[in-house]
Amino acid sequence: MRPILMKGHERPLTFLRYNRDGDLLFSCAKDHTPTLWFADNGERLGTYRGHNGAVWCCDVSRDSSRLITGSADQTAKLWDVQSGQQLFTFKFGSPARSVDFAVGDHLAVITTDPFMERNSAIHVKRIAEDPEDQVDESVLVLPSAEGRKRINRAVWGPLNQTIVSGGEDAVIRIWDTETGQLLKESDEEVGHKKAITSLSKAADDSHFITGSLDKSAKLWDMRTLTLLKTYTTVVPVNAVTMSPLLNHIVLGGGQDASAVTTTDHRAGKFEAKFYDKILQEEIGGVKGHFGPINALAFNPDGRSFSSGGEDGYVRLHHFDSDYFNIKI
Amino acid sequence: MPVNPDTKMTLGYCFIEFNTPQEAQNAKEKSHGYKLDKSHIFAVNMFDDFERLMNVREEWEPPQARPYVPGENLQKWLTDEKARDQLVIRSGPDTEVFWNDARKKSPEPVHKRPYWTESYVQWSPLGTYLVTLHKQGAAVWGGADTFTRLMRYQHSMVKLVDFSPGEKYLVTYHSQEPSNPRDASKVEIKVFDVRTGRMMRDFKGSADEFSIGGPGGVAGASWPVFRWAGGKDDKYFAKLSKNTISVYETETFSLIDKKSMKVDNVVDICWSPTDSILSLFVPEQGGGNQPAKVALVQIPSKVELRQKNLFSVSDCKMYWQSSGEYLAVKVDRYTKTKKSTYSGFELFRIKERDIPIEVLELDNKNDKIIAFAWEPKGHRFAVIHGDQPRPDVSFYSMKTAQNTGRVSKLGTLKAKQANALFWSPTGKYIILAGLKGFNGQLEFFNVDELETMATAEHFMATDIEWDPTGRYVATAVTSVHEMENGFTIWSFNGNLLYRILKDHFFQLAWRPRPPSFLTAEKEEEIAKNLKKYSKKYEAEDQDVSLLLSEQDREKRKALKEEWEKWVAQWKSFHEEEKLARQSLRDGEVSDVEEDEYEAKEVEFEDVIDVTEEIVQESM
Repeated sequence: MRPILMKGHERPLTFLRYNRDGDLLFSCAKDHTPTLWFADNGERLGTYRGHNGAVWCCDVSRDSSRLITGSADQTAKLWDVQSGQQLFTFKFGSPARSVDFAVGDHLAVITTDPFMERNSAIHVKRIAEDPEDQVDESVLVLPSAEGRKRINRAVWGPLNQTIVSGGEDAVIRIWDTETGQLLKESDEEVGHKKAITSLSKAADDSHFITGSLDKSAKLWDMRTLTLLKTYTTVVPVNAVTMSPLLNHIVLGGGQDASAVTTTDHRAGKFEAKFYDKILQEEIGGVKGHFGPINALAFNPDGRSFSSGGEDGYVRLHHFDSDYFNIKI
Repeated sequence: MPVNPDTKMTLGYCFIEFNTPQEAQNAKEKSHGYKLDKSHIFAVNMFDDFERLMNVREEWEPPQARPYVPGENLQKWLTDEKARDQLVIRSGPDTEVFWNDARKKSPEPVHKRPYWTESYVQWSPLGTYLVTLHKQGAAVWGGADTFTRLMRYQHSMVKLVDFSPGEKYLVTYHSQEPSNPRDASKVEIKVFDVRTGRMMRDFKGSADEFSIGGPGGVAGASWPVFRWAGGKDDKYFAKLSKNTISVYETETFSLIDKKSMKVDNVVDICWSPTDSILSLFVPEQGGGNQPAKVALVQIPSKVELRQKNLFSVSDCKMYWQSSGEYLAVKVDRYTKTKKSTYSGFELFRIKERDIPIEVLELDNKNDKIIAFAWEPKGHRFAVIHGDQPRPDVSFYSMKTAQNTGRVSKLGTLKAKQANALFWSPTGKYIILAGLKGFNGQLEFFNVDELETMATAEHFMATDIEWDPTGRYVATAVTSVHEMENGFTIWSFNGNLLYRILKDHFFQLAWRPRPPSFLTAEKEEEIAKNLKKYSKKYEAEDQDVSLLLSEQDREKRKALKEEWEKWVAQWKSFHEEEKLARQSLRDGEVSDVEEDEYEAKEVEFEDVIDVTEEIVQESM
């Protein structure tokens, strides 16, 4: 497997997203500028300038024309992918953490952090066809049940009927988009024991995987919120992703440098661990990062994946033919 | 006190009433048998006792015979068919005992209990019991298949325990911080009979009486304070204090010959592991006028078997070989300028007539000796020496190829990342370990061939322990470090068998085995015919692994089938919602990726340039 090292960010990476066609890779980092790369060879296409704070998350529309980013500068911005031009800015009273386009790209869900007297909340915005017509008002605001706890990820459920959210209080919630009601909460006994850091949907929206600081990742059914699988590891999990092609999931994480007194003397130890989705067993790992892994994304064609770390590097890996023949 | 009205003298008895029954009991214990003068002794009895004794029946009835309940077979663990060994670990609040199953490559639990002990656990030397410590005292556990509490020993706030080598006696230690910080702490030591739980003797005193002779351990006294003589008889134990060695024998729990041995300025004592021979060390006195001396004393006769004066010695440490055949004394000597020390060894051959002594110095005299270890059951020893960041390891044998009477060097390994030596309990193999500064380097070395079998690493390992048979090694990272607590089991030649991670890992200990009943000849015979036996076991191993892989496959099949069900369900949902999805996307058709794009390779030629060149024909 040949990794391509992409150094473009000066601060730790926070999120990675491929577009639907799998030829573009968007990376967000704490250095205020989301960057666009070619997914094939790692060549950088350009950056999106405009944010004043760390960019936590991004999503790209189905036709790869629109990019939405959420940032700590209390705004979420809409960009034109090709030109890099800012199209619209959604203003909030607190840092925006997670963004996700709905099926059809007419709606977007944005979560905001608790800040001063404000609680965390989930906002749904209508995205207009023509950026000129874009308005700032939310279609729906869901006050979070957690209040002072951060919501780390919120994504759309199948057919945009539900929103699934997970955050620092380790509980996954399913909300009805129509009424704004809380429909389901994950079972406390089987659920995560510490903050949920990441959430990734399957290609067909049927199930999703969550990663948590309790050193495990769990697979859930999107409609019923039943716990399907649990994958345990030795380090807190910061990022998760699923292969669209094979039954593999990838976990990335690592002890924060401030939390550990001795680190492994072997540099580049932080690895992205591959697990068999069905058997819950570890298949292997991809080493190389010099710091904890914060972001993972699989190319929609399942033949490559990328990881972003605390060290500011994005590593792009194209699989060898051996990968597709892995048998346990 | 009733008085005789005629003589106005007391009748010789009185009644005393106390506030609490405990006070009364205390007073009775303290004053009963007290000698007033030569012919008068206090007899003190509880008032209740009178009633009881008065009511004794005239007729004697034989006590009813209780039906004989055979005790559990405490040695049952040795009869495990797969010849596995047991391991106890402490992690978090739990203490767990389990089998080390190398075939299955995972531990098989035997017994687990949270809060089984309040501080630590320890196996008895022959592996029969597991002792746990609690506020009220110590308790031993054991049994055939699981661990039941066999006996309790009362010693409140016990801190440390020690067994006699034959498991007959248990020594418990308690020390109390003094109220005045200038005083030494008060120490109480009790010796119990393990089987009955009876306290045989207790020793009380201040820490000073117990603490001489070694670096301070818990609360100033170095443990074990009482050193037991070797062998299974548990006949003698010795205590070191200022200028005296007190040797007690366990028939009466009193000093041999009713008095201690006076040895001026004795600093260290050490028993032979097999015989009742005591080695002691007296450092230099009088600024060099009286040289240091090492002596071997036979107990109980107190005859000095051998003595040697050592000159210019600053410190020494005594190492007995496990079969009691050799004693190595590492001496640190001052150089002529008295500014630095260099080390050497005095090697005593115990089993030979007159106990000859040999002096061994390292090739480089100035090398500091970092570690020393005898080969168990063997004639060799290993030394780590050197000053550089990577010290050298040397192997010596007490026998040379030609002559059995002289020590010879087998070899030196240069620049190793090692600072500790761990011989296998059967000898022959050793692990050169780099703990602490070297962050857990392990080198599995075969001393017969003098070659390395494997090198490995257990990052940040803090403890290394061989199992009692010498087949496996456990390396552990305890909660001294925050990360990656847990242990790993390796085979004797360095193959990693399995790794278990446990947070807050405190302790790991193999269950010791009693020495084998086979004679030395029988053991040699078996070693020679090992191939015969190994065939049988290999076949067994194969069967087990086949069975395991069968089970594995079944499990995997079940999981896969379950998953297929889910996938089918999701697929049906997905199909149903297809139309709805299309409308959401404003009629954009098909979210199925396969027929989206067709990659076609098209070759086309493009004429870039046309040139003419005339080639000369050569004649």
